[in-house]
Amino acid sequence: MKKEYLQLDRIEGALIELSNTHNVGYGEVVEIENNNGNKKLGRIIKIEEDSVIVQVFGSTTGISTKNTKVGFKGKPFEISLSKDILGRTFNGIGKPIDGMGEIYSKESYNVNGRPINPVAREYPRNYIQTGISSIDGLMTLIRGQKLPIFSGNGLPHNELAAQIVRQAKIKAKDGRDTRFGIVFAAMGVKHDEAHFFRETFRKSHVLDRVVMYINYADDPIMERIIAPRAALTAAEYLAFEQNMHILVIMTDITSYGEALREISSLREEVPSRRGYPGYLYSDLASLYERAGMLKDKSGSITLIPILTMPNDDITHPIPDLTGYITEGQIVLSRELYQKNIYPPVNVLPSLSRLMKDGIGEGFTREDHPDVSNQLFSSYSKVQEVRSLAQIIGEDDLSDKDKRYLEFGRKFEEVFVNQDFNDDRDIEDTLNIGWELLSILPIEELDRLDSKLIEKHIKNR
Amino acid sequence: MTDILGKVDMINGPVIRGVEMTGFKMREMVLVGEKKLIGEVISIDGETGIIQVYEETEGLKKGESIVSTGKPLSLKLGPGILGNMFDGIERPLKKINNDFGSFIPEGIGLISLDEEKLWEVNILVNVGDFINEGQVFGTVEETSLITHKLIVPFGVRGKVVNIKESGKYSIEEELVVVEDERGYSHSLKMYQEWPVRMPRPVKERLPIDRLLITGQRVLDIFFPIAKGGTAAIPGGFGTGKTMTQHQLAKWSDADIIVYIGCGERGNEMTEVLEDFPKLIDPKTNKPIMERIVLIANTSNMPVAAREASIYTGITIAEYFRDMGYHVAIMADSTSRWAEALREISGRLEEMPAEEGYPAYLPTRLAEFYERAGYVKNLNHEEGSVTIIGAVSPAGGDFSEPVTENTKRFVNVFLALDRELAYSRHYPAINWLTSYSGYVELLKDFYSRELDEDVKELRGKMLKLLYEENRLKDLVSLVGEDVLPDEQRFILEIARVIKIGFLQQNAFHKEDTFVPLKKQIEMLKTIDHLYERGLNSIEKGIPISQIKDNKLFEDIIKMKYNIPNNNLDGIVELNEQIDNFYNDLDAEYSR
Repeated sequence: MKKEYLQLDRIEGALIELSNTHNVGYGEVVEIENNNGNKKLGRIIKIEEDSVIVQVFGSTTGISTKNTKVGFKGKPFEISLSKDILGRTFNGIGKPIDGMGEIYSKESYNVNGRPINPVAREYPRNYIQTGISSIDGLMTLIRGQKLPIFSGNGLPHNELAAQIVRQAKIKAKDGRDTRFGIVFAAMGVKHDEAHFFRETFRKSHVLDRVVMYINYADDPIMERIIAPRAALTAAEYLAFEQNMHILVIMTDITSYGEALREISSLREEVPSRRGYPGYLYSDLASLYERAGMLKDKSGSITLIPILTMPNDDITHPIPDLTGYITEGQIVLSRELYQKNIYPPVNVLPSLSRLMKDGIGEGFTREDHPDVSNQLFSSYSKVQEVRSLAQIIGEDDLSDKDKRYLEFGRKFEEVFVNQDFNDDRDIEDTLNIGWELLSILPIEELDRLDSKLIEKHIKNR
Repeated sequence: MTDILGKVDMINGPVIRGVEMTGFKMREMVLVGEKKLIGEVISIDGETGIIQVYEETEGLKKGESIVSTGKPLSLKLGPGILGNMFDGIERPLKKINNDFGSFIPEGIGLISLDEEKLWEVNILVNVGDFINEGQVFGTVEETSLITHKLIVPFGVRGKVVNIKESGKYSIEEELVVVEDERGYSHSLKMYQEWPVRMPRPVKERLPIDRLLITGQRVLDIFFPIAKGGTAAIPGGFGTGKTMTQHQLAKWSDADIIVYIGCGERGNEMTEVLEDFPKLIDPKTNKPIMERIVLIANTSNMPVAAREASIYTGITIAEYFRDMGYHVAIMADSTSRWAEALREISGRLEEMPAEEGYPAYLPTRLAEFYERAGYVKNLNHEEGSVTIIGAVSPAGGDFSEPVTENTKRFVNVFLALDRELAYSRHYPAINWLTSYSGYVELLKDFYSRELDEDVKELRGKMLKLLYEENRLKDLVSLVGEDVLPDEQRFILEIARVIKIGFLQQNAFHKEDTFVPLKKQIEMLKTIDHLYERGLNSIEKGIPISQIKDNKLFEDIIKMKYNIPNNNLDGIVELNEQIDNFYNDLDAEYSR
């Protein structure tokens, strides 16, 4: 029973309105064909009395109110998935763009997914070693975690993500887990950025384990809303039906948020902060919360969203609301980058909420919690000393304060700074930490247990 | 159930409009569409009514039916609540997981308490007794910690005409039949129903004068929360709101904890489910899970149910209060609730006030916080509901509408500070901007429990911290060396207070919960150090001699090194202080 309509009432931006339809369902997929035979997909976003508002994926250019065929599919937006998606590239709405043909599968999945029951979740505890000291030591990534990278335009967030992809490993007792895969969702990325990631995957020999959903910066913004959902649906399929460990990289959430704002303003909705819709939080959560682990499944979804903070402002609604949903954040700093430090991780505002349960004895090393705590607190003291030094000059500082400055400098140059190809073991990371802490007077190490100080500093 | 039918006419996310709805009542619960999605009528205009739907509306069609249930959104209150986790409208998530798998589908209907489980009931009334509303007519040992008292529902009073013998029954069993003055009979079951948006009545409100002991030093001594009081914990992300709420849920000395995860992370609720059953309550030596009720509407669950989750939580809290228990309710986070209000208001195209929030936001906040209180219930027992709400201000800016309005209706304001959190000072409660309106009211409580003038000591320490803050501004301009010794000593003591007292390690087994007695002894020790040191400075002894690293270190580490159950070490520390300064004074007087 497929009905088609030929008459539209209104076309505005990416929204079309038509009336006198049969009883269509909210969220139903719509196929729109103009008189040249060009087909586009859309989705019902509002039903009011006799009229239906459809959000079109793609441009509405060339669509006329007359002689445009509109057909209703009678089901929500779905993509077909099978194991064959590994190694493939799709556009934002799940159509293959690598010229390797359609995915045929009996199973199709609603891209919106369904909320995971909190009772069914498994609390994430296994840490992932990224080989990057600042992350492993101070904001450890845990399998099943959602940990975003807060960056700015021009900062090396893509390189950092690429390095994580290349080096990430799980140091489980039974050796390296091989059933892992990567889902890459790009929203509004530049062509060269997408190329960079594809090259990275190729060089790390994981291309056959990667699924890519790419919405380029010049692609329709409506598809930008679907792209991350299609990617996460694929990730859920691979993790919870194929029992794989999936790392999802999403970039750039800021473009996604802006697409959402654009649609919201088209729909004439009441805006909240900075013109973003009031449901931005719920909407972002419907993406981020799809990461995690389930008790009765052995797979997992670890999510690393990347976002560029407009004007480097961490209080902008997108980083702000993201930080409230994700389990921590890795913040990059322009100042460190200008000091030629890579990766320019600003450790003070960075945080991993799940690390407390995934580090220490039995996971990384017994001294890890205390060392990371002490490094944080000492480095934050460095900031105070630096501002003092700016006023009275370094020469007039007390001996203790001079040692703090020395510690701060070394911390940035030796601990945070590391080569793009440098893969450091957690042991190395912690040992560097101790080396740096030994610069400071022992009575300043108030977060460390005296037994640990004994073992790692005095007995050396 | 009366079969009044309406029809769906407009669908906009969780908000739908129905026509042919004459006869529907305001705030009535309805079932929408073929899937029987649960919704609530939120406005009626002639023939049309607006309904907020608590489940995903995808696939719903125009013209589908809306069925009236004839009653407002209400909860079943009875045995089976404790230790369980529910969604925003009291549907048991464990059962949903067993029946439907790991993901929550829509259209599962209205299920709540387990109707099959048999409970051992002890009936306390006899045929011929006259019983009154609020009276306890039976008990159920719901957990080894909590006796669930079955109370006569409000509006029911009369003579008992029939009873069941004590024994094992399901909650649907009629236990007692009461005949009222007009000859109508009422049958009492193990559960009663109560509409969530209506506060449950009490005999009278009593003055607030008891401390909610949390075992957290910065709270119990500096910014105390009283039983029956209200507190707000605002803080940007990463400042430790949830951590603080978890600590309070674990250790505060309330009988029952209702924890509402409102629009927060799924993993946080999982953490509670995994961690809490392992924790043992220091007072009763029973697992603390036995006194906890969890309400979870995680950020990806339907937004309308988020709005309801707060009311579900507070109604459950009031129900236990009416049994004579002290209940503390943690709402994490009220901002998500306010945002749910905003989202629904936006979809209704209401005129927005500040930042898109509806103009009735302050009213709703006030209604919520005013449901806290220390009361005498209808059965003349004392009970209390304490509300501790987390607030997540956008951009960490406390001048935004939710924080601002919440501030007007709470008495304790615990401002979490980003700077402190960045330097890993936890709990990151800023001592300069936080306040508690209960310090004066609790004065007698402290002197009764501790025989100490806590208010006086607290004031003195806060003044030192305030001084330190002022001096730090100065130091950042000119350096520490130029300050006179008295002032440099204040900096040193402030450091001891901050690290040795205010910072508390939630992961350290001695430090995660500290009894009131140790808290006050610790602070007195620091005060003693200050007085003795100051005395020596006044004698002209230089600060380099006064600040003995070993002594200061021992005092800072007393939170770890002195066990909670044996405070002899603190007496020794005080002796050490005396010995050190006596020797020092003697040396310099020569």
